[in-house]
Amino acid sequence: MIRRLQHVGRMLPLLLMVALLLTGCGDPYLSALQPKGSVADMQFNLIKLSIIIMLGVFTVVVVIFTYVLIRYRKKKGDNSIPEQVEGNHKLEIIWTAIPFVLLIILAVPMVTTTFALAKDYSNDKNVVQITVTGHQFWWEFEYPDQKIKTAQELYIPVNKKAHIKLESADVIHSFWVPALGGKKDTNPGMTNYLWLDAKEEGVFQGRCAELCGESHALMDFKVKVVSQEEYDQWVAKMTKGTNKPANNAVLADQGAEIFQKSCVNCHAVDGKGGPAGPDLTNFGDRTTVAGILKNDKKQLAKWLTDPEAVKPGNLMIIPKLEEKQVDALVEYLHSLKRE
Amino acid sequence: MAQHVRPRNTGLWDWITTVDHKKIGILYLVAGGFFFLLGGLEALLMRLQLMYPEQNFFIGATFNELLTMHGTTMIFLAAMPLIFAVMNAVVPLQIGARDVAFPFVNSLGFWLFFSGGVLLNLSWFMGGAPEAGWTAYVPLSGMQFSKTTGVSFYVLGLQIAGIGTLIGGINFLVTIINMRAPGMTFMRMPMFTWTAFITSALILFAFPAITVGLVLLMFDRIFGAVFFNVASGGNVLLWQHLFWIFGHPEVYILILPAFGMISEVISTFAKKRLFGYSAMVFATIVIGFLGFMVWVHHMFTVGLGPVANSLFSIATMLIAVPTGIKIFNWLFTLWGGQIRFTAANLFAVGFIPTFTIGGMTGVMLSVAPADYQYQDSYFVVAHFHYVLVGGMMLGLFAAFYYWWPKMFGKMLNEAMGKWNFWLFFIGFHLTFFPQHFLGLMGMPRRVFTFMGGQQLELGNLISTWGAIIMGVGTLLFLVNVAYTHMKKQPQAPADPWDGRTLEWTIASPAPEYNFAQTPRVRGIDAFWIEKMAGNKGMTPAEPLGPIHMPSPSVLPFIMSIGFFIAGMGFVFNKYLFAIVGLGIVLICMFFRSYKDDEGFHIDVEEIKETEKGARL
Repeated sequence: MIRRLQHVGRMLPLLLMVALLLTGCGDPYLSALQPKGSVADMQFNLIKLSIIIMLGVFTVVVVIFTYVLIRYRKKKGDNSIPEQVEGNHKLEIIWTAIPFVLLIILAVPMVTTTFALAKDYSNDKNVVQITVTGHQFWWEFEYPDQKIKTAQELYIPVNKKAHIKLESADVIHSFWVPALGGKKDTNPGMTNYLWLDAKEEGVFQGRCAELCGESHALMDFKVKVVSQEEYDQWVAKMTKGTNKPANNAVLADQGAEIFQKSCVNCHAVDGKGGPAGPDLTNFGDRTTVAGILKNDKKQLAKWLTDPEAVKPGNLMIIPKLEEKQVDALVEYLHSLKRE
Repeated sequence: MAQHVRPRNTGLWDWITTVDHKKIGILYLVAGGFFFLLGGLEALLMRLQLMYPEQNFFIGATFNELLTMHGTTMIFLAAMPLIFAVMNAVVPLQIGARDVAFPFVNSLGFWLFFSGGVLLNLSWFMGGAPEAGWTAYVPLSGMQFSKTTGVSFYVLGLQIAGIGTLIGGINFLVTIINMRAPGMTFMRMPMFTWTAFITSALILFAFPAITVGLVLLMFDRIFGAVFFNVASGGNVLLWQHLFWIFGHPEVYILILPAFGMISEVISTFAKKRLFGYSAMVFATIVIGFLGFMVWVHHMFTVGLGPVANSLFSIATMLIAVPTGIKIFNWLFTLWGGQIRFTAANLFAVGFIPTFTIGGMTGVMLSVAPADYQYQDSYFVVAHFHYVLVGGMMLGLFAAFYYWWPKMFGKMLNEAMGKWNFWLFFIGFHLTFFPQHFLGLMGMPRRVFTFMGGQQLELGNLISTWGAIIMGVGTLLFLVNVAYTHMKKQPQAPADPWDGRTLEWTIASPAPEYNFAQTPRVRGIDAFWIEKMAGNKGMTPAEPLGPIHMPSPSVLPFIMSIGFFIAGMGFVFNKYLFAIVGLGIVLICMFFRSYKDDEGFHIDVEEIKETEKGARL
């Protein structure tokens, strides 16, 4: 009984580790250990398979290791000379052959998954087509079929595949939504593809995974997975909809004027404006400012007053604004809600 | 026989002009150790920034400078020279040679590495350090996106240090091929010498790739070329291929010698010959060969297609086989032995499970589709630190404790050594084990902060505390060194550990000429064979006679200054300086070729005198 307890005690850390791994941990909308889409599922299965194989090997190593260190430590007074063993062909063949078998077990699902994930859905009518462009330090999302351009927040319908074309406007970025699937780089001068889907509605956290400059750490985005209905409504609002009336129409009008003077060269609203910065068509509906700040009056004012303090190295050029002007601009930008 | 006066340099001048492999080994150790502390400091600053979410100590460009310099320094300026330190100190002694094949080149290799390293680190004070990562991916490292001179310092510094490494590698290849004592066939070489040999071969084939990459990047940045400029028809992936064709073998360049060190230490302290020696040699060669076949596994997410990814994925998995052979051979070397837990052996034994974890996560990473999740996340950070710190650094510490008496004639303090081990070992696992989970939980690498409320807090906090403990462990090593060298203690015995190989047959520290008479080798573990046969030492293979030695020279030092000036000139587009610097190099080369170095002889009387005083 005591021996069995000791045995359990020794296995406990290992069991805890496995339990920790298999039940999954981390933020459910961020963690790759809590997959919410087919791609992440397939990847998680491979992760589990390789961990199980590796833990098997590790256990063998640790058991031999512990036994050897305890059993063969030098005892006081024992000065005998151990037998100088040259090797053992049988043993050596065993520990060469077994890894081959283990690797084959791992390699077969690896190859099938690699090809499954590389499937090209660009001509599939039932798949949502999206073009993603990485910029220093924000994400542009374009739906070419619906002629929608937006930024920072990607909408996809639940349980439906999305084919994502990846491009870059400047340096290399990497598009990663851990809970939905692995990453792929956006390379300048080259187009990449990946596909993903989500089996659950919710707001998933996306990240840039390739060092892309000063604010690489802050190049976050969101993937909003909504029902098909909600998605269709969103498409309709973005394409045919109009803006809701502002709370304070006078202030918002003043803001619009500032916008037309200082911002429109880089930012487009309703298709009018320059392409250098994020499209702001549905800005009032977004949850974040610049992908990281909460989209409320205070945080937006903070961003407009000193964007460099929020996101070092970002390319936004904004003239020094008075407090009143900032308020007006905030009012205007928050009025960009689609109906 | 022309008799030349024996030069007797002392003090600093001796260190600058020395061509003695033992002194060059110490120079590598001191310089590499200094850069290791620098890189460690940079790591600690980053860990402090990441201790809690949304902190503001080092953000944006500053953090990117830290992460770039940490990686670059640790790989090129700490790990490489520390490996070269041990290779220089040990390899000629293990093969029964009096020096390396090209002592002058050996000195040049060190001074080039050192001037390259100094050049790179001066960037901190001259317009900012490089900030595009140690991988310096274009276009981020190009002039358009990296406008400071930082990356230019990176390019020139690494280029100069890289020439040093390349000629160092060639030197060891030639030394090991040509200068083995009579009777020491290839299959009788000690395991560490074998790994040094394979590592040198890897250096020879891998470093040209990064040299080409750096030349292209230098031309893009300094002369306005467009190799990597997409708008002009360049290609950004070209850099990644060149970098990783070098970069993956580089990992093996660093880890193979650690395998060798561990093999020596474990075999000595288990009092057994290495289990499966020929399989170990074969595994080392296979790892070295496969190392060149797998570079695309660093690029699985680049979009090279499923065929390339699958093939490179399988090639990578294959490396697990020879690595597994090594692990089990170490375990069975210990099996049936008389294991003594000295500080050196603690590090060596601690290496086994730690490196096994690093190897296992390596297999996990090789699975391409799963790698889409791991790539560029903290999982990768955890993996390669398990290999490089848990693997290579533990190996190096084992080597330091083991060969310190042979290098300096003094034994490091054992008690402090054990504290050094436990603090470093525990700190290490606390730092890097949680990072596996951080990566899988969605934390990308190279980020200067993370947001609160995403369950990333605990892992980062543990990791930072671990790093602090590891830092204390490292400091304890320095204390140990200072204590050992300040305390008056008798000269270390020639063979303090009951060693098995040739270096333990001569005095500690080794005399200038190493072996008074070249020994005759009768098998693997040459010294052990003689001990078992009841002999006191090796049977000499030659009569006692005057020993020919190479003359010291200051030319390597001056040449390196020339390269340094040229490097500075290129960084700041001051071509006059560049021409002057390269001119100095050419003049030195002329003198070296024009003036014959006939060396000098140590006469028999002096050898007899030295050998009498030695404590054997």
